[in-house]
Amino acid sequence: MQIFKNSKFFFGTLKAHTLPALKYGYSDLEPVLSATLLEFHHSKHHQAYINNLNAAQEQLEDALAKNDVQKIATLQGTIKFNLGGHLNHSLFWENLTPIKNGGGQLPDANSALVQEINKNWGSVDNFKTFFNTRTAAIQGSGWGFLGVDQQSKKLRYLELPNQEIPQNHGLTPILTIDVWEHAYWWDYKNVRPNFLANVWKIVNWKDVEARYNQAQK
Amino acid sequence: MSFVLDPLPYAQDALAPHISANTISFHYGKHHAGYVNKLNELTKGTPYETQSLTDVVKNTYGNPATVAIFNNAAQNWNHTFYWRSMKQQGGGPATGQVKDLILQSFDSLDSFSKAFTDAALGQFGSGWTWLVEKDGKVSIVKTSNADNPITQGYNPLITLDVWEHAYYLDFQNRRVDYANLFLTNLVNWDFANQNLVNKAHL
Repeated sequence: MQIFKNSKFFFGTLKAHTLPALKYGYSDLEPVLSATLLEFHHSKHHQAYINNLNAAQEQLEDALAKNDVQKIATLQGTIKFNLGGHLNHSLFWENLTPIKNGGGQLPDANSALVQEINKNWGSVDNFKTFFNTRTAAIQGSGWGFLGVDQQSKKLRYLELPNQEIPQNHGLTPILTIDVWEHAYWWDYKNVRPNFLANVWKIVNWKDVEARYNQAQK
Repeated sequence: MSFVLDPLPYAQDALAPHISANTISFHYGKHHAGYVNKLNELTKGTPYETQSLTDVVKNTYGNPATVAIFNNAAQNWNHTFYWRSMKQQGGGPATGQVKDLILQSFDSLDSFSKAFTDAALGQFGSGWTWLVEKDGKVSIVKTSNADNPITQGYNPLITLDVWEHAYYLDFQNRRVDYANLFLTNLVNWDFANQNLVNKAHL
């Protein structure tokens, strides 16, 4: 355990995370998501995950320097939760785009992504129905993911609770939809299926496709 | 015979300004009512239809075949218990026998409050924070989603809903402020003391 005495040399300083700027204004996802909802979600909820993550990282550095193994163990839960929250939300913002910027517009039917979706679900519409049914059924808080299996490179859907991340389940996510209540309550109240029905109008398929192609490499 | 949405024990604006009338209107009128409606839908024509709500919760717990019934029954139970866990001009230090039991399990009323708030924050995601009694001792239990400690043999005394819909309008993401406010201004210690004597049965 000698190594932990010099943790600053071994680990360096854990990088503080910052809130990524949205590529669109808070009102640009209307009428699907209101400016009020988006501003809360980005500047309060996502920001809080980052603040809590940074605080936990500082505590972890301190615990490592002191070789306080009890503290190191205790911090794992809060780091996992807040890091997951930061990663999931960061992907989510990129997966959305204003309708005027191509939100909802599918890639070409000949694209690798669409062909792969058709192979797995028959059509993009069938895929959306499948995605929505599974994601609506998540109990409590969680996320629906479409991703590329890290082994087979095939497309796979996965739903996860709270702030778990698909990377820990062998899946590189290319599209995610947040179904924590804070993601839709302001505009859709308790009717999660209405949110899911509408969110496809602002899905940034260009981004999803780029991520799919990247994951094939 | 079907399950009925229990009347709110107070007017919708009774807990304002701490919990707004708007929150109560949505939380009770849409979320809680929704669970009751869904429960009736799912239990129609099944033996659960004529059981008490508490029995449905206990009988459907832990069985994949009845998980949807459990989720809606338990959420109905939990919400009814939550409304009663609060009262107008409630809050403040614990009273009666509950206070004595708290002091036996916690160093002080302040350290109990801290532990309760920590539990509320430590429930990552949706769920409930409970003060419960078992074998003459009280403890704090957190459950996720619809889970209810009666399934583990605990006797619940009070509960705090930490699903986001419970505090989003009034507190956005500041769950800690909501949990603190519950303890300082809302918690109904009379209800907690009643539950010590008459185990909650809905």
